[in-house]
Amino acid sequence: MIIRQATDIRPSEITPEEVFRGRRQFLRQAGVAGVGLLASTGCAADEESGGNPTDLRKLDVASGSVYSTDAEPNSMEDIMSYCNFYEFGLDKRDPAKLSGDFKPRPWSVTVDGEAEVTGTFDLDDLIAPHPIEERVYRLRCVEAWSMVVPWNGIALGDVLKRFKPTSKAKYVAFETVVRPEEMPGQRRGVLDFPYVEGLTIAEAMHPLTILSVGVYGVTLPNQNGAPIRLVVPWKYGFKSIKSIVRISFTETEPPTTWNLAAPREYGFYANVNPEVDHPRWSQASERRVGTGFFGDRQPTVSFNGYGEQVASLYDGLDLRKNF
Amino acid sequence: MPTTRQIRFVLKPLVFAACLAPLGFIALRIAGIGPSLGPNPVEVLQDEFGEWALRLLLATLAVTPLRLALGKPWPLRFRRMLGLFAFTYAFLHFSNYLVLDQEFDWPVILEDILDRPFITVGFSALLILLPLAVTSTQGWQRRLGAGWGSLHRLIYLAAILVCWHFWWQVKKDVTEPAIYAGILALLLGIRLWRGVKQRRRRKLAAATAVASDAQSRL
Repeated sequence: MIIRQATDIRPSEITPEEVFRGRRQFLRQAGVAGVGLLASTGCAADEESGGNPTDLRKLDVASGSVYSTDAEPNSMEDIMSYCNFYEFGLDKRDPAKLSGDFKPRPWSVTVDGEAEVTGTFDLDDLIAPHPIEERVYRLRCVEAWSMVVPWNGIALGDVLKRFKPTSKAKYVAFETVVRPEEMPGQRRGVLDFPYVEGLTIAEAMHPLTILSVGVYGVTLPNQNGAPIRLVVPWKYGFKSIKSIVRISFTETEPPTTWNLAAPREYGFYANVNPEVDHPRWSQASERRVGTGFFGDRQPTVSFNGYGEQVASLYDGLDLRKNF
Repeated sequence: MPTTRQIRFVLKPLVFAACLAPLGFIALRIAGIGPSLGPNPVEVLQDEFGEWALRLLLATLAVTPLRLALGKPWPLRFRRMLGLFAFTYAFLHFSNYLVLDQEFDWPVILEDILDRPFITVGFSALLILLPLAVTSTQGWQRRLGAGWGSLHRLIYLAAILVCWHFWWQVKKDVTEPAIYAGILALLLGIRLWRGVKQRRRRKLAAATAVASDAQSRL
């Protein structure tokens, strides 16, 4: 496994092995499922889609961030095979199986709203000025499971500052791409697509909040939100919106998909909070996936353990009401 | 129609093997043969056991409609086996929750059962199925006499609770629980419709008897 502090081993050197394992997993799953996915789209390796496990590109990543956890990260296989990404299907195995047609490149992101600089930008131009860092973060899903993911990303705040948000920019809204022809889950319409999410400007500017463009030293696999996704480690996973095509600065609180779908169960803030249970299940503990059958349940920590850094963002806010 | 020998030596072993197959398949997957259980095996076991419990419960409830449709009693010979397998999978579902999922954390388990409606409903169904499984033997059938039938009609309630439990547990897309609920509604509807028809016939017969009795007195 990867030992983060080991300076003699760069994550990018270890990655091929991980990707290799992931590819075998992908091929095995595709084979077992018997879907004619590979056959019908030609061979996945021939596709220039860029987000298939077979053609992820290496990234130049700086490791050793002070924001990284020391916890053992989940394997690339875990990360790529266990995903909630309803655009590709409801089952957690669906995104790995059904995202082969998705083309994360070329990609552009539109920035609009309360900012001096707005427009549509090529992804590479958006990322280029910023160093890509490794951030090993805990990920806590609202479904009471968790993982540790070595994301590769750039600080969202640094990106946002380039657009010179005005004093009216109180919130930042995000939108996922809509491509029903490439995303089978969008053809079912379980949620109201496009998937939308939002943060307060303070949350968006917080140094823990990143735009992730990779994991384990390679570009993001399709099922993990390629080519660019949000990661907000102190909030439930559904806040970390994937495959972003629009970033808007807004004056009022933007609508968020799960809140629209079930307002009683999912709030705008969605901070990890063991004291506020989901109406149907407890949030007091979580299952750390990828460790087998025994001893993988652990107590959930307020703000997913990032309270020291972020609790002050919510001074004076009743977190029971603003769940 | 199959003969008694065919039922005992061919069909029953086949149905038994078919009911055991999902458990066998899961055991193989735990042993690393077949499709991987993935990063969250406890969740997979929970879902698999739960769904098989529900499927077998519906199979148990399909016996009577099948018997009526065929006009032959032989499907009844499979009812106990199907019911006991349904209970077995329900018990495995609960045991998995107790042992692997919650790791015997009693305060949490108690809170779940008392405060979380979908778990309350599922646990109630298990509690209802328990005495039905225990009294499923011929000995108990004899001992309870006419009461046996009334007791075992509780399976209707259990099946409704199980469907409800599944429906409530789903995060967003209720297609799957809706399909199971639809099948259950059909299976219970057949019984209701038959009950109404029988009552009407009985009433009609009673009325005819009274009429003919009155006529004979004249």
